[in-house]
Amino acid sequence: MRPGSDSALFGAVLHELIRHDWLDHEFIDAHTVDFDLAAAAVTDMTPAWAAGICGVPAARIEEAAEIWGTAATGMMLHARGIEQQSKGVDNVLAAINLGLATGKFGKPGCGVSTITGQGNGQGGREHGHKCDQLPGNRDITNPEHRAHVAKVWDCDESEIPGKGIPAQEIIEEIHAGTIKGLLSICFNPAVSAPDTNFTSEALDKLEFYAVIDFFLSESGQHADVVLPGSLHEEDEGTSTSGEGRIIKINAAVTPPGEARLDWQILLDIAERLGRGGHFQYENTEEIFEELRLASAGGTADYRGATWDRIEAEHGLFWPIPEVGHPGTPRLYEGGRFFHPDGKARFHGIAWRESAEVIDDDYPVWLTTGRVVSQYLSGTQTRRIKALVDQYPEPLCEMHPRLAEHLGVVDGDLVTVTSRRGDITLPANVVNTIRPDTVFIPYHWPGGKAANQLTNRAVDPISKMPEFKVAAVRIVKAVGHTSTTDVRELDLTEGRA
Amino acid sequence: MKQARYGVDDSPIFVIDPSRCIGCEACVQACEECGTHRGQSLIHLERVDRSVSTQTAPMVCMHCEDPTCANVCPADAIKQTEGGVVQSALKPRCIGCSNCVLACPFGVPKYVAEFDQMMKCDMCTDRTSEGYAPMCASVCPSEALWYGTTEEFHHTRTGSLLDNWLFGRQHVHTKVFTVVDDLAGGPLDALAAPTGSWLDDPFGLETS
Repeated sequence: MRPGSDSALFGAVLHELIRHDWLDHEFIDAHTVDFDLAAAAVTDMTPAWAAGICGVPAARIEEAAEIWGTAATGMMLHARGIEQQSKGVDNVLAAINLGLATGKFGKPGCGVSTITGQGNGQGGREHGHKCDQLPGNRDITNPEHRAHVAKVWDCDESEIPGKGIPAQEIIEEIHAGTIKGLLSICFNPAVSAPDTNFTSEALDKLEFYAVIDFFLSESGQHADVVLPGSLHEEDEGTSTSGEGRIIKINAAVTPPGEARLDWQILLDIAERLGRGGHFQYENTEEIFEELRLASAGGTADYRGATWDRIEAEHGLFWPIPEVGHPGTPRLYEGGRFFHPDGKARFHGIAWRESAEVIDDDYPVWLTTGRVVSQYLSGTQTRRIKALVDQYPEPLCEMHPRLAEHLGVVDGDLVTVTSRRGDITLPANVVNTIRPDTVFIPYHWPGGKAANQLTNRAVDPISKMPEFKVAAVRIVKAVGHTSTTDVRELDLTEGRA
Repeated sequence: MKQARYGVDDSPIFVIDPSRCIGCEACVQACEECGTHRGQSLIHLERVDRSVSTQTAPMVCMHCEDPTCANVCPADAIKQTEGGVVQSALKPRCIGCSNCVLACPFGVPKYVAEFDQMMKCDMCTDRTSEGYAPMCASVCPSEALWYGTTEEFHHTRTGSLLDNWLFGRQHVHTKVFTVVDDLAGGPLDALAAPTGSWLDDPFGLETS
């Protein structure tokens, strides 16, 4: 599908599910509300209509609807592709509609779920890593939630701050001059945030910037103070997987040189800020003990997850509301959801376009993403030779039809330009991408950063930037590079 | 987590299912990092044809019952253990001619210039003889490389185990298994015309 068309596809599939009555009426009636809203929104979303938007044949959309609608069980897993868009929430809600319409929730082999983008992406968002939250999926604006956490933290409820702002908005506010200081941990927006030229300008405007990271990241090069932190291989704690399984991580090595464990750095900062009394921990287990209590009663309830059991049972699934509780490997069993009335919500999702669409000046879709050998902004993996050898630099994947149109062959350098910036990199001519779209992985900094091109437009609800959809133009540049794997030659010709 | 350890009576098998491969090369890295391999991986990852497919395949030796590599070796340098494991060329005998590299129907052996010798996977004899999974299978995140008993396989996986192949007129039996939908199709015919799928025209360019 062409980037940004996901909710059109999901709408057309729901249209087909309704037209053929591939619906689980019993489930819809007993366990959901607002099906009518979802159905009304897709009345005109025929496969033929969606085919024009998605750029795939209508017959394939019909076939997909039949497969999903007639299967007894089915899981839909999505990742950043549908989420990192200015209508990411629309896309996800439209996907959830398809699971609810067919009753594919709370049963073996069923579910609609996200695969998080990084280690503990799930655990972090459950406990306040997201700055509108408190532990246990609690809402920082909810008085009851605040009171519970204030009690665990032994502070006055008024001492807990209000809702913070999301990552991309922080960068916007820095650029606007309203945020003047930043402390970041393992955060490399110079590579990972959209529109890197804008991000770099913002980081240089900070009056004070302190970075805690295990290697000197590109963002760290903008910092006033860099504190050497630690890798997860050097620390102990838990990570929660996309399936809601709390997993124990044990230290394998100790931090080298002056590097320290991140949580010990934070304790020292708390002490210097005069709040050390609230940060009295001897070890990571004591921190986790507090988290157990702070999360208790929330939807992501860790209370029964003791340090010993997590390890002995190879992980425990939340909610696990009391000691001795077996945990909850499958959410929503029996069609019971976490809304106050226990029912899931359908949403009426109207079609809308992405923030930026192609035009005569920028006629090709750009989508960005990852390669298997590199991790996130590459702060770790761009330092590991075997992984660098596997995919040494970003390539611009393009279809042979587009390559022919541009007069480009595999390995030719091309310059890709968006309204934000440009990048020159080798073309990788492959049949596995659409002719109207190019793909560039984002793990590299500076002149190799795909995010020089991406759009800062965010989803109005999730505030997730639109990494997955942008409009670009492409011209052939001077130069050619071999995209073949040099390791083979190293081996057989002894060049190593 | 503790590693599973199998006894002789368990008769563990090695299964390679390239259709599950995600191309991460963890297998290659694990092979290289194995204490007894001293930094030299004995396997490699094949990108089948990146211009038309994202398919990758871990090239671990299939350990043929009647190994072509050994049959074509002019120096009789490639030996098979009693357990049916085909080993790297013996260093004193190998003349580096690469006959085996060209002859292997699976494309497994590699001539390693640094050592002037053919080196290939020996199914981690040091580990499997002690009941442990080969290094590659112990790290594969998608179980494209898998080690365990037949019962465990059928309990946790779908598909049927196949150990014989057709390369033109050559019928090859292997110690290592691969996975097919069903066994009724007989040996896996490497030269058979590929079956059509929507992936032949993934974006509907021909049909639209």
